[in-house]
Amino acid sequence: MTKVPPEVLGEHPFLQNLSPEHLRTLAAWSRELEFGRGELLFREGGPATGLYLVRSGRVSVELHTPDRGPAPVQTVGPGEAVGWSWLIPPHRLRFDGRALEPTRVILIDGEPLRAACESDPELGFHLLRRLVGMLAGRLEAARLQILDMFRRR
Amino acid sequence: MAVPQPVLEPMVPVTAKVLGVRRETPDTWTLSLEPDRPGLPAFRPGQFNMVYAFGIGEVPISISGDPARPERLVHTVRAVGAVTRALAGSRPGQVVGLRGPFGTAWPVEEARGRDLVVAAGGIGLAPLRPVLYHVLSNRADYDRVVLLYGARSRAELLYRRDLERWRGRFDLDVLVTVDRPDARWRGNVGVVTALFQQAAFRPEATVALVCGPEVMIRFTLLELEKRGVPDHRTYVSLERNMKCGVGTCGHCQLGPVFVCHDGPVFRTDRIRDWLGKREP
Repeated sequence: MTKVPPEVLGEHPFLQNLSPEHLRTLAAWSRELEFGRGELLFREGGPATGLYLVRSGRVSVELHTPDRGPAPVQTVGPGEAVGWSWLIPPHRLRFDGRALEPTRVILIDGEPLRAACESDPELGFHLLRRLVGMLAGRLEAARLQILDMFRRR
Repeated sequence: MAVPQPVLEPMVPVTAKVLGVRRETPDTWTLSLEPDRPGLPAFRPGQFNMVYAFGIGEVPISISGDPARPERLVHTVRAVGAVTRALAGSRPGQVVGLRGPFGTAWPVEEARGRDLVVAAGGIGLAPLRPVLYHVLSNRADYDRVVLLYGARSRAELLYRRDLERWRGRFDLDVLVTVDRPDARWRGNVGVVTALFQQAAFRPEATVALVCGPEVMIRFTLLELEKRGVPDHRTYVSLERNMKCGVGTCGHCQLGPVFVCHDGPVFRTDRIRDWLGKREP
Protein backbone atom coordinates (compact mmCIF):
# COMPACT_ATOMS: atom_id res chain seq x y z
CA MET A 1 0.00 0.00 0.00
CA THR A 2 1.57 3.26 -1.16
CA LYS A 3 0.51 6.85 -0.68
CA VAL A 4 -0.12 8.71 -3.91
CA PRO A 5 1.44 12.14 -4.59
CA PRO A 6 -1.03 14.82 -5.81
CA GLU A 7 0.72 15.12 -9.19
CA VAL A 8 0.25 11.39 -9.84
CA LEU A 9 -3.43 11.72 -8.94
CA GLY A 10 -3.72 14.61 -11.39
CA GLU A 11 -2.40 12.45 -14.23
CA HIS A 12 -5.36 10.11 -14.02
CA PRO A 13 -7.95 11.08 -16.67
CA PHE A 14 -10.76 11.01 -14.11
CA LEU A 15 -9.11 13.78 -12.08
CA GLN A 16 -7.45 15.74 -14.87
CA ASN A 17 -7.75 19.54 -14.52
CA LEU A 18 -8.68 19.37 -10.86
CA SER A 19 -6.99 22.21 -8.97
CA PRO A 20 -3.69 21.48 -7.16
CA GLU A 21 -5.40 22.32 -3.89
CA HIS A 22 -8.14 19.76 -4.47
CA LEU A 23 -5.60 17.16 -5.60
CA ARG A 24 -3.66 17.72 -2.37
CA THR A 25 -6.89 17.19 -0.41
CA LEU A 26 -7.62 13.93 -2.22
CA ALA A 27 -4.02 12.73 -1.96
CA ALA A 28 -4.32 12.64 1.84
CA TRP A 29 -6.81 9.76 1.53
CA SER A 30 -5.39 8.03 -1.53
CA ARG A 31 -3.30 4.90 -1.74
CA GLU A 32 -2.08 2.70 -4.51
CA LEU A 33 -3.09 -0.95 -4.46
CA GLU A 34 -2.14 -3.89 -6.61
CA PHE A 35 -4.25 -6.93 -7.39
CA GLY A 36 -3.27 -10.21 -9.00
CA ARG A 37 -5.27 -11.87 -11.75
CA GLY A 38 -8.58 -13.13 -10.38
CA GLU A 39 -8.35 -11.21 -7.10
CA LEU A 40 -11.37 -9.27 -5.91
CA LEU A 41 -10.95 -5.52 -5.49
CA PHE A 42 -14.35 -5.31 -3.87
CA ARG A 43 -17.24 -7.62 -3.19
CA GLU A 44 -21.01 -7.20 -3.50
CA GLY A 45 -22.63 -6.47 -0.15
CA GLY A 46 -19.45 -5.22 1.47
CA PRO A 47 -18.92 -1.66 2.66
CA ALA A 48 -18.16 0.79 -0.16
CA THR A 49 -14.62 1.72 0.77
CA GLY A 50 -14.12 4.37 -1.87
CA LEU A 51 -13.48 5.40 -5.44
CA TYR A 52 -11.13 3.24 -7.53
CA LEU A 53 -9.10 4.80 -10.32
CA VAL A 54 -7.61 2.16 -12.63
CA ARG A 55 -4.00 2.89 -13.57
CA SER A 56 -3.17 -0.36 -15.36
CA GLY A 57 -4.78 -3.71 -15.95
CA ARG A 58 -8.50 -4.37 -16.25
CA VAL A 59 -11.32 -4.82 -13.78
CA SER A 60 -14.39 -6.92 -14.46
CA VAL A 61 -17.55 -5.60 -12.83
CA GLU A 62 -19.68 -8.66 -12.20
CA LEU A 63 -22.53 -10.19 -10.25
CA HIS A 64 -22.23 -13.61 -8.71
CA THR A 65 -25.16 -15.83 -9.57
CA PRO A 66 -25.84 -19.23 -8.00
CA ASP A 67 -26.35 -20.99 -11.34
CA ARG A 68 -23.76 -19.27 -13.56
CA GLY A 69 -21.13 -18.14 -11.10
CA PRO A 70 -19.62 -14.74 -11.87
CA ALA A 71 -21.60 -12.92 -14.56
CA PRO A 72 -19.51 -10.05 -15.96
CA VAL A 73 -21.48 -6.99 -17.01
CA GLN A 74 -18.72 -4.58 -17.93
CA THR A 75 -14.95 -4.22 -18.10
CA VAL A 76 -13.16 -1.15 -16.81
CA GLY A 77 -9.67 -0.36 -18.05
CA PRO A 78 -6.79 2.06 -17.53
CA GLY A 79 -7.87 5.67 -17.19
CA GLU A 80 -11.34 4.74 -15.98
CA ALA A 81 -12.91 4.90 -12.55
CA VAL A 82 -15.14 2.41 -10.80
CA GLY A 83 -17.22 2.56 -7.65
CA TRP A 84 -19.80 5.15 -6.67
CA SER A 85 -21.54 3.42 -3.76
CA TRP A 86 -19.27 5.32 -1.34
CA LEU A 87 -21.36 8.39 -2.18
CA ILE A 88 -24.83 6.89 -1.96
CA PRO A 89 -26.39 5.51 1.25
CA PRO A 90 -26.23 2.86 2.56
CA HIS A 91 -22.67 2.86 1.17
CA ARG A 92 -22.79 -0.83 0.37
CA LEU A 93 -21.35 -2.38 -2.80
CA ARG A 94 -23.73 -3.60 -5.49
CA PHE A 95 -21.27 -5.58 -7.60
CA ASP A 96 -18.03 -7.53 -7.41
CA GLY A 97 -14.91 -6.02 -8.96
CA ARG A 98 -12.37 -8.62 -10.11
CA ALA A 99 -8.92 -8.06 -11.61
CA LEU A 100 -8.78 -9.78 -15.01
CA GLU A 101 -5.01 -9.35 -15.09
CA PRO A 102 -2.40 -7.79 -12.76
CA THR A 103 -4.04 -4.47 -11.98
CA ARG A 104 -2.90 -1.27 -10.26
CA VAL A 105 -5.47 1.11 -8.88
CA ILE A 106 -5.62 4.22 -6.76
CA LEU A 107 -8.21 3.94 -3.99
CA ILE A 108 -9.53 7.19 -2.53
CA ASP A 109 -11.18 6.48 0.82
CA GLY A 110 -14.92 7.07 0.62
CA GLU A 111 -15.71 8.39 4.08
CA PRO A 112 -13.34 11.40 4.17
CA LEU A 113 -14.11 11.98 0.49
CA ARG A 114 -17.80 12.27 1.30
CA ALA A 115 -17.08 14.62 4.18
CA ALA A 116 -14.86 16.75 1.93
CA CYS A 117 -17.60 16.97 -0.70
CA GLU A 118 -19.99 18.21 2.03
CA SER A 119 -17.62 20.79 3.46
CA ASP A 120 -16.15 21.99 0.14
CA PRO A 121 -19.00 22.33 -2.38
CA GLU A 122 -16.57 23.29 -5.16
CA LEU A 123 -14.68 20.01 -4.78
CA GLY A 124 -18.03 18.23 -4.45
CA PHE A 125 -19.26 19.78 -7.69
CA HIS A 126 -16.13 18.86 -9.64
CA LEU A 127 -16.21 15.28 -8.41
CA LEU A 128 -19.94 14.92 -8.98
CA ARG A 129 -19.62 16.27 -12.51
CA ARG A 130 -17.04 13.59 -13.26
CA LEU A 131 -19.09 10.89 -11.54
CA VAL A 132 -22.23 11.88 -13.47
CA GLY A 133 -20.26 11.69 -16.72
CA MET A 134 -19.07 8.23 -15.77
CA LEU A 135 -22.57 7.14 -14.73
CA ALA A 136 -24.07 8.50 -17.96
CA GLY A 137 -21.52 6.48 -19.96
CA ARG A 138 -22.27 3.31 -18.00
CA LEU A 139 -26.03 3.86 -18.32
CA GLU A 140 -25.72 4.39 -22.08
CA ALA A 141 -23.60 1.25 -22.41
CA ALA A 142 -26.08 -0.76 -20.34
CA ARG A 143 -28.98 0.48 -22.47
CA LEU A 144 -27.18 -0.51 -25.66
CA GLN A 145 -26.47 -3.94 -24.18
CA ILE A 146 -30.15 -4.36 -23.29
CA LEU A 147 -31.10 -3.28 -26.80
CA ASP A 148 -29.08 -6.24 -28.09
CA MET A 149 -28.33 -4.43 -31.34
CA PHE A 150 -26.52 -7.37 -32.93
CA ARG A 151 -29.45 -9.71 -32.51
CA ARG A 152 -30.82 -11.10 -35.76
CA ARG A 153 -34.25 -9.58 -36.46
CA MET B 1 -14.37 10.93 -51.17
CA ALA B 2 -13.32 8.27 -53.63
CA VAL B 3 -15.14 8.46 -56.95
CA PRO B 4 -16.81 5.24 -58.12
CA GLN B 5 -14.78 3.57 -60.83
CA PRO B 6 -16.34 2.31 -64.04
CA VAL B 7 -17.37 -1.31 -64.07
CA LEU B 8 -17.69 -3.68 -66.98
CA GLU B 9 -21.29 -4.00 -68.16
CA PRO B 10 -22.75 -2.97 -64.80
CA MET B 11 -26.04 -4.81 -65.20
CA VAL B 12 -24.63 -8.05 -66.62
CA PRO B 13 -23.24 -10.52 -64.10
CA VAL B 14 -20.06 -12.45 -64.73
CA THR B 15 -19.88 -15.97 -63.42
CA ALA B 16 -17.57 -16.88 -60.57
CA LYS B 17 -16.62 -20.24 -59.12
CA VAL B 18 -16.90 -20.86 -55.39
CA LEU B 19 -13.42 -21.85 -54.24
CA GLY B 20 -14.16 -22.21 -50.57
CA VAL B 21 -16.78 -21.65 -47.90
CA ARG B 22 -15.78 -21.03 -44.31
CA ARG B 23 -18.16 -20.84 -41.39
CA GLU B 24 -17.37 -17.77 -39.30
CA THR B 25 -20.20 -17.76 -36.75
CA PRO B 26 -23.40 -19.79 -36.27
CA ASP B 27 -25.12 -17.79 -39.04
CA THR B 28 -22.29 -16.26 -41.06
CA TRP B 29 -20.11 -17.76 -43.80
CA THR B 30 -17.21 -16.43 -45.86
CA LEU B 31 -17.08 -17.34 -49.55
CA SER B 32 -13.96 -17.18 -51.69
CA LEU B 33 -14.85 -16.65 -55.33
CA GLU B 34 -12.80 -16.80 -58.50
CA PRO B 35 -14.35 -14.90 -61.42
CA ASP B 36 -14.34 -16.87 -64.67
CA ARG B 37 -13.49 -13.76 -66.62
CA PRO B 38 -10.01 -12.34 -66.10
CA GLY B 39 -9.30 -8.63 -66.01
CA LEU B 40 -12.21 -7.52 -63.85
CA PRO B 41 -11.71 -4.11 -62.24
CA ALA B 42 -9.81 -4.23 -58.97
CA PHE B 43 -11.84 -3.35 -55.91
CA ARG B 44 -11.05 -0.76 -53.29
CA PRO B 45 -11.67 -1.28 -49.55
CA GLY B 46 -15.31 -0.56 -48.75
CA GLN B 47 -16.78 -1.44 -52.13
CA PHE B 48 -19.35 -4.17 -52.68
CA ASN B 49 -20.47 -6.62 -55.31
CA MET B 50 -23.97 -7.71 -56.23
CA VAL B 51 -23.79 -11.47 -55.72
CA TYR B 52 -26.31 -13.58 -57.60
CA ALA B 53 -27.54 -16.99 -56.47
CA PHE B 54 -28.89 -18.20 -59.80
CA GLY B 55 -32.61 -18.82 -59.80
CA ILE B 56 -33.08 -17.21 -56.38
CA GLY B 57 -31.90 -13.65 -56.45
CA GLU B 58 -29.18 -11.07 -55.97
CA VAL B 59 -27.88 -9.29 -52.89
CA PRO B 60 -25.26 -6.61 -52.22
CA ILE B 61 -22.33 -8.00 -50.23
CA SER B 62 -19.27 -6.00 -49.25
CA ILE B 63 -15.91 -7.29 -50.36
CA SER B 64 -13.98 -8.45 -47.32
CA GLY B 65 -10.76 -9.82 -48.79
CA ASP B 66 -7.33 -8.41 -49.46
CA PRO B 67 -7.36 -5.66 -52.10
CA ALA B 68 -3.83 -6.71 -53.07
CA ARG B 69 -5.29 -10.07 -54.19
CA PRO B 70 -8.16 -9.04 -56.46
CA GLU B 71 -8.13 -12.33 -58.34
CA ARG B 72 -9.84 -13.93 -55.35
CA LEU B 73 -12.99 -12.15 -54.22
CA VAL B 74 -13.98 -12.75 -50.63
CA HIS B 75 -17.49 -12.10 -49.34
CA THR B 76 -18.84 -12.63 -45.85
CA VAL B 77 -22.54 -13.45 -45.84
CA ARG B 78 -24.97 -13.56 -42.95
CA ALA B 79 -27.73 -16.02 -43.74
CA VAL B 80 -30.88 -14.01 -43.10
CA GLY B 81 -32.98 -14.48 -46.26
CA ALA B 82 -33.48 -16.78 -49.23
CA VAL B 83 -30.52 -15.47 -51.26
CA THR B 84 -28.04 -15.22 -48.40
CA ARG B 85 -29.06 -18.68 -47.16
CA ALA B 86 -28.44 -20.08 -50.64
CA LEU B 87 -25.05 -18.37 -50.85
CA ALA B 88 -24.09 -19.53 -47.36
CA GLY B 89 -25.04 -23.07 -48.31
CA SER B 90 -23.04 -23.11 -51.55
CA ARG B 91 -20.26 -25.65 -52.06
CA PRO B 92 -16.83 -25.40 -53.70
CA GLY B 93 -17.19 -25.67 -57.47
CA GLN B 94 -20.64 -24.10 -57.55
CA VAL B 95 -21.11 -21.03 -59.71
CA VAL B 96 -22.59 -17.69 -58.67
CA GLY B 97 -23.03 -14.41 -60.52
CA LEU B 98 -21.17 -11.19 -59.75
CA ARG B 99 -21.69 -7.56 -60.68
CA GLY B 100 -19.38 -4.85 -59.48
CA PRO B 101 -17.37 -3.62 -57.76
CA PHE B 102 -19.74 -0.81 -56.86
CA GLY B 103 -19.80 2.15 -54.55
CA THR B 104 -17.43 4.45 -52.78
CA ALA B 105 -14.35 3.36 -50.85
CA TRP B 106 -12.86 4.03 -47.42
CA PRO B 107 -10.42 6.97 -47.58
CA VAL B 108 -7.24 4.99 -47.03
CA GLU B 109 -5.20 7.58 -48.93
CA GLU B 110 -6.53 10.53 -46.93
CA ALA B 111 -5.71 8.67 -43.72
CA ARG B 112 -2.01 8.39 -44.63
CA GLY B 113 0.21 10.08 -42.08
CA ARG B 114 -2.58 10.19 -39.52
CA ASP B 115 -3.88 8.00 -36.73
CA LEU B 116 -6.51 5.59 -37.94
CA VAL B 117 -9.37 4.38 -35.75
CA VAL B 118 -11.40 1.50 -37.17
CA ALA B 119 -14.60 0.84 -35.20
CA ALA B 120 -16.69 -2.17 -36.16
CA GLY B 121 -19.73 -3.89 -34.75
CA GLY B 122 -20.80 -7.43 -35.60
CA ILE B 123 -20.68 -8.18 -39.32
CA GLY B 124 -19.61 -4.55 -39.83
CA LEU B 125 -16.04 -5.81 -39.61
CA ALA B 126 -16.43 -7.38 -43.07
CA PRO B 127 -16.23 -4.17 -45.17
CA LEU B 128 -13.46 -2.89 -42.90
CA ARG B 129 -11.19 -5.93 -43.16
CA PRO B 130 -9.79 -4.82 -46.56
CA VAL B 131 -8.76 -1.55 -44.88
CA LEU B 132 -6.79 -3.47 -42.26
CA TYR B 133 -5.15 -5.64 -44.93
CA HIS B 134 -4.21 -2.51 -46.86
CA VAL B 135 -2.94 -0.63 -43.82
CA LEU B 136 -0.87 -3.55 -42.58
CA SER B 137 0.68 -3.96 -46.04
CA ASN B 138 1.55 -0.26 -46.00
CA ARG B 139 2.08 0.13 -42.26
CA ALA B 140 4.73 2.86 -42.51
CA ASP B 141 2.18 5.16 -44.19
CA TYR B 142 0.06 5.44 -41.05
CA ASP B 143 0.68 6.54 -37.50
CA ARG B 144 -1.24 4.83 -34.70
CA VAL B 145 -3.77 2.27 -35.87
CA VAL B 146 -6.52 1.14 -33.52
CA LEU B 147 -9.18 -1.50 -34.17
CA LEU B 148 -12.20 -1.44 -31.85
CA TYR B 149 -14.46 -4.40 -32.45
CA GLY B 150 -17.63 -5.41 -30.65
CA ALA B 151 -19.85 -8.41 -31.17
CA ARG B 152 -22.79 -9.96 -29.38
CA SER B 153 -20.82 -12.91 -28.01
CA ARG B 154 -17.56 -14.80 -28.39
CA ALA B 155 -19.21 -17.19 -30.86
CA GLU B 156 -20.26 -14.26 -33.04
CA LEU B 157 -16.82 -12.72 -33.49
CA LEU B 158 -15.84 -12.67 -37.16
CA TYR B 159 -12.37 -13.53 -38.48
CA ARG B 160 -11.03 -15.02 -35.24
CA ARG B 161 -7.75 -16.05 -36.87
CA ASP B 162 -7.15 -12.53 -38.20
CA LEU B 163 -8.03 -10.98 -34.84
CA GLU B 164 -5.60 -13.28 -33.04
CA ARG B 165 -2.85 -12.53 -35.56
CA TRP B 166 -3.47 -8.79 -35.40
CA ARG B 167 -3.46 -8.81 -31.61
CA GLY B 168 0.01 -10.31 -31.72
CA ARG B 169 1.40 -7.32 -33.60
CA PHE B 170 3.15 -4.46 -31.84
CA ASP B 171 2.07 -1.88 -34.41
CA LEU B 172 -1.68 -2.33 -34.12
CA ASP B 173 -3.94 -1.89 -31.07
CA VAL B 174 -6.78 -4.37 -31.17
CA LEU B 175 -9.53 -4.02 -28.57
CA VAL B 176 -12.36 -6.51 -28.68
CA THR B 177 -15.49 -6.63 -26.56
CA VAL B 178 -18.65 -8.69 -26.37
CA ASP B 179 -22.07 -7.76 -25.03
CA ARG B 180 -22.86 -11.22 -23.69
CA PRO B 181 -19.89 -13.14 -22.33
CA ASP B 182 -19.88 -16.87 -21.73
CA ALA B 183 -17.87 -18.63 -19.05
CA ARG B 184 -14.85 -18.99 -21.38
CA TRP B 185 -14.59 -15.33 -22.31
CA ARG B 186 -11.70 -13.51 -20.63
CA GLY B 187 -11.81 -10.31 -22.65
CA ASN B 188 -13.69 -7.04 -22.37
CA VAL B 189 -17.41 -7.01 -21.65
CA GLY B 190 -19.61 -4.16 -22.81
CA VAL B 191 -20.50 -2.30 -25.94
CA VAL B 192 -17.96 -1.18 -28.51
CA THR B 193 -18.31 2.51 -27.57
CA ALA B 194 -16.94 1.70 -24.10
CA LEU B 195 -13.64 0.64 -25.72
CA PHE B 196 -12.85 4.26 -26.57
CA GLN B 197 -11.82 4.73 -22.92
CA GLN B 198 -8.92 2.36 -23.53
CA ALA B 199 -7.98 3.50 -27.03
CA ALA B 200 -4.90 5.68 -27.52
CA PHE B 201 -5.11 8.05 -30.49
CA ARG B 202 -4.77 11.76 -31.21
CA PRO B 203 -8.24 13.12 -31.97
CA GLU B 204 -6.85 16.10 -33.87
CA ALA B 205 -4.86 13.81 -36.17
CA THR B 206 -7.30 10.95 -36.56
CA VAL B 207 -9.35 9.53 -39.38
CA ALA B 208 -12.10 7.22 -38.08
CA LEU B 209 -13.95 4.55 -40.05
CA VAL B 210 -17.14 3.11 -38.60
CA CYS B 211 -19.37 0.24 -39.67
CA GLY B 212 -21.96 -1.81 -37.83
CA PRO B 213 -25.62 -1.69 -36.85
CA GLU B 214 -26.94 1.83 -37.35
CA VAL B 215 -27.49 2.37 -33.62
CA MET B 216 -23.87 1.44 -33.01
CA ILE B 217 -22.79 3.87 -35.73
CA ARG B 218 -24.75 6.74 -34.18
CA PHE B 219 -23.34 6.16 -30.70
CA THR B 220 -19.82 5.66 -32.02
CA LEU B 221 -20.05 9.00 -33.84
CA LEU B 222 -21.11 10.63 -30.56
CA GLU B 223 -18.10 9.09 -28.86
CA LEU B 224 -15.78 10.36 -31.61
CA GLU B 225 -17.33 13.83 -31.33
CA LYS B 226 -16.86 13.74 -27.56
CA ARG B 227 -13.19 12.96 -28.08
CA GLY B 228 -12.76 15.78 -30.58
CA VAL B 229 -12.54 13.95 -33.91
CA PRO B 230 -14.25 16.28 -36.41
CA ASP B 231 -17.14 15.02 -38.57
CA HIS B 232 -15.20 15.66 -41.75
CA ARG B 233 -12.64 13.06 -40.73
CA THR B 234 -15.08 10.35 -39.73
CA TYR B 235 -16.58 7.98 -42.29
CA VAL B 236 -19.40 5.49 -42.04
CA SER B 237 -20.57 2.66 -44.24
CA LEU B 238 -24.34 2.38 -44.49
CA GLU B 239 -26.54 -0.50 -45.44
CA ARG B 240 -29.79 0.01 -47.32
CA ASN B 241 -32.01 -1.98 -49.60
CA MET B 242 -29.71 -1.94 -52.63
CA LYS B 243 -31.02 -3.52 -55.82
CA CYS B 244 -29.43 -2.20 -58.99
CA GLY B 245 -26.05 -1.17 -57.56
CA VAL B 246 -25.68 1.73 -59.99
CA GLY B 247 -27.99 4.43 -58.62
CA THR B 248 -30.83 3.85 -61.06
CA CYS B 249 -33.65 2.03 -59.32
CA GLY B 250 -33.91 4.26 -56.24
CA HIS B 251 -34.48 1.48 -53.70
CA CYS B 252 -31.56 2.61 -51.55
CA GLN B 253 -32.33 6.31 -51.52
CA LEU B 254 -31.42 8.08 -48.30
CA GLY B 255 -32.47 11.70 -48.51
CA PRO B 256 -30.58 13.22 -51.43
CA VAL B 257 -28.27 10.24 -52.02
CA PHE B 258 -28.38 6.71 -53.34
CA VAL B 259 -26.44 4.50 -50.95
CA CYS B 260 -25.31 2.11 -53.72
CA HIS B 261 -23.85 4.85 -55.89
CA ASP B 262 -23.01 7.78 -53.59
CA GLY B 263 -22.07 5.37 -50.80
CA PRO B 264 -21.95 2.97 -49.08
CA VAL B 265 -19.02 4.88 -47.53
CA PHE B 266 -19.95 8.43 -46.61
CA ARG B 267 -18.12 11.23 -44.88
CA THR B 268 -20.20 11.87 -41.78
CA ASP B 269 -20.72 15.59 -42.26
CA ARG B 270 -22.33 14.91 -45.66
CA ILE B 271 -25.03 12.64 -44.29
CA ARG B 272 -25.25 13.73 -40.65
CA ASP B 273 -28.79 15.07 -41.09
CA TRP B 274 -29.97 11.80 -42.58
CA LEU B 275 -28.55 9.41 -40.03
CA GLY B 276 -31.31 8.07 -37.84
CA LYS B 277 -33.96 9.72 -40.01
CA ARG B 278 -37.28 8.05 -39.35
CA GLU B 279 -39.84 7.00 -41.90
CA PRO B 280 -42.89 9.29 -41.73
